[in-house]
Amino acid sequence: MRMVVATALIALTASAFAVAQSGARTTAGPAPAAPKSYGLGRVATADEIKTLDIDVMPDGRGLPAGRGTVAEGAAIYAAKCRSCHGAAGEGGSAERLVGRESGPNFNFAMDPTLVKTVGNYWPYATTLYDYTYRAMPFMAPGTLTPNETYALVAYILALNQIVPDDAVMDQASLPKVKMPARDKFVPDNRKGGKLVK
Amino acid sequence: MDGRKTISRRQALAAGTAGIVGAALPIAGQSAEQAARPRVPADPTKVQGPLSTDVGGRSPFEQPKRVSLGARRTSSLTPLQDLDGIITPSDLHFERHHGGVPAIDPAQYSLLIHGLVDRPLVFTLADLRRFPGRSMIRMMECSGNGGRAYRREGNQTDVTPQQVDGLTSTSEWTGVPLATLLREAGASPKARWLLAEGMDAAVMTRSIPIEKAYDDALIAYGQNGEALRPEQGYPVRLFLPGVEGNASIKWLRRIEVADQPFMTREETSKYTDPLPDGTARIFSLDMDAKSLITEPAFPDKLTGAGWWEVRGLAWSGRGKIAKVDISVDGGKSWQPATLDEPVLPKCHTRFRFPFEWKGGETTLLSRATDDTGYTQPTLDVLLAARGPATAYHFNHIRGWKVLADGAVKFAGGA
Repeated sequence: MRMVVATALIALTASAFAVAQSGARTTAGPAPAAPKSYGLGRVATADEIKTLDIDVMPDGRGLPAGRGTVAEGAAIYAAKCRSCHGAAGEGGSAERLVGRESGPNFNFAMDPTLVKTVGNYWPYATTLYDYTYRAMPFMAPGTLTPNETYALVAYILALNQIVPDDAVMDQASLPKVKMPARDKFVPDNRKGGKLVK
Repeated sequence: MDGRKTISRRQALAAGTAGIVGAALPIAGQSAEQAARPRVPADPTKVQGPLSTDVGGRSPFEQPKRVSLGARRTSSLTPLQDLDGIITPSDLHFERHHGGVPAIDPAQYSLLIHGLVDRPLVFTLADLRRFPGRSMIRMMECSGNGGRAYRREGNQTDVTPQQVDGLTSTSEWTGVPLATLLREAGASPKARWLLAEGMDAAVMTRSIPIEKAYDDALIAYGQNGEALRPEQGYPVRLFLPGVEGNASIKWLRRIEVADQPFMTREETSKYTDPLPDGTARIFSLDMDAKSLITEPAFPDKLTGAGWWEVRGLAWSGRGKIAKVDISVDGGKSWQPATLDEPVLPKCHTRFRFPFEWKGGETTLLSRATDDTGYTQPTLDVLLAARGPATAYHFNHIRGWKVLADGAVKFAGGA
């Protein structure tokens, strides 16, 4: 009995080998076309989108309800930002936030002593809200409320003399702030080829 | 005392039959350097070697290491001088992170795609792995790579290829094309940009042009045959071939499709290029063609006149390397190097050039040209185009000076 099974196995193996060897017997054809949808993943709920969608665009889309004043921002800054960014945004273990000096003709390419700050380089005030809300304070990221963030943004903009000391930042006012470096940025014109740009 | 040392050495050799053992106490007559070398059997044909292991390791004689930059350790450099071929071992791929390396459970992981789409979708890692996949061998370079060479800080000569240009690495990346996911979600014809967002403590974000997303952007889960390393974005990252590394968002949790760029902190206040005309380039994503000789280079020393091989890497973020020219006389004459196969687009390409050193001082230079016809510029040309204080995209020609005694020193740009 055992002998018979063994013989049958050998025969089976041999015939499988023969089929594998003769590629002509297999049906050749194109791979199936990609379907319009693979039907993978699931539809996201409005709530889960809302939880993650914290970004803010230059025109103000994404800014939440809330408001903050320069004076409120000064108090929050002293408690949560000053230890790294300095008493008045002059920098410390973290980068400098305040300064309007950009030399003659926005001289950052030529003068290595210039320091890029919110006041002399950042083109959009909304970026300050977005970044502060998502990533600051460094040792407790993502813990600021919208009101606190509006207040800090107001304070840092005021330190840079971009908004007055009585400014209030909210959904409506923040996108209207025009930053000093707003018109300095140009698209990339490098495209390869012989010219070094 | 001598007796104890002898016993210690004998014990070490006995242990050596089961494998290589660590350094022991110095033996009389041995230098500290000799004593520090791993012990191996004097004749490996006379002892059985160690048996199979679950995870392999390097020979104890080979200890390539990344070098971290600065006290905050937010980046580390690939030891280019220790590598052959074009693939960077995954544990030596350069790092750059802004909120440390997050620990993420792949079972908890999901990717959200929303915004200008017909169906906002959430994908698990299993979903992503089920889509038709793609592998590609491509380089990634940080656009701040090579700043030391550009600025010639203190005219440093004793710096290695790793210290000069170690923020570039090549891997085989595996994943699902981003285009597939955009089609699955039904991205709107109005889509122009998308936001990629990470789940690290920086909740890192960059805006990506939609053309790049549909061209060759990859949602990657594999690197060199295994899962991504944590510091490379485990379990899932965006990978944008040829583009400055910062835009290839790691630990990817969200993609938002939109009609305009988001103007995040990185792409406005950081990764922009001030120009001498008083403007600043924004979204300067592509990495220009570049090359670097990795051997001979500091701290190598040519031990004698005669034949040596000049070796290095060349790459372009725009396509394939068309040629690499080498000068062994400080730029007076140039000759083409041999390019090792494969020569892949947006990928490190290995070049080789036979060099007969006749003794005496000379400078070795390499100059890459890509298939768009762009040639790596001299430092003077790049300085004129960008200004001395620009902060990214430093791709000028680099040089290594061979001194009369054979010592090789970094010679900055040429």
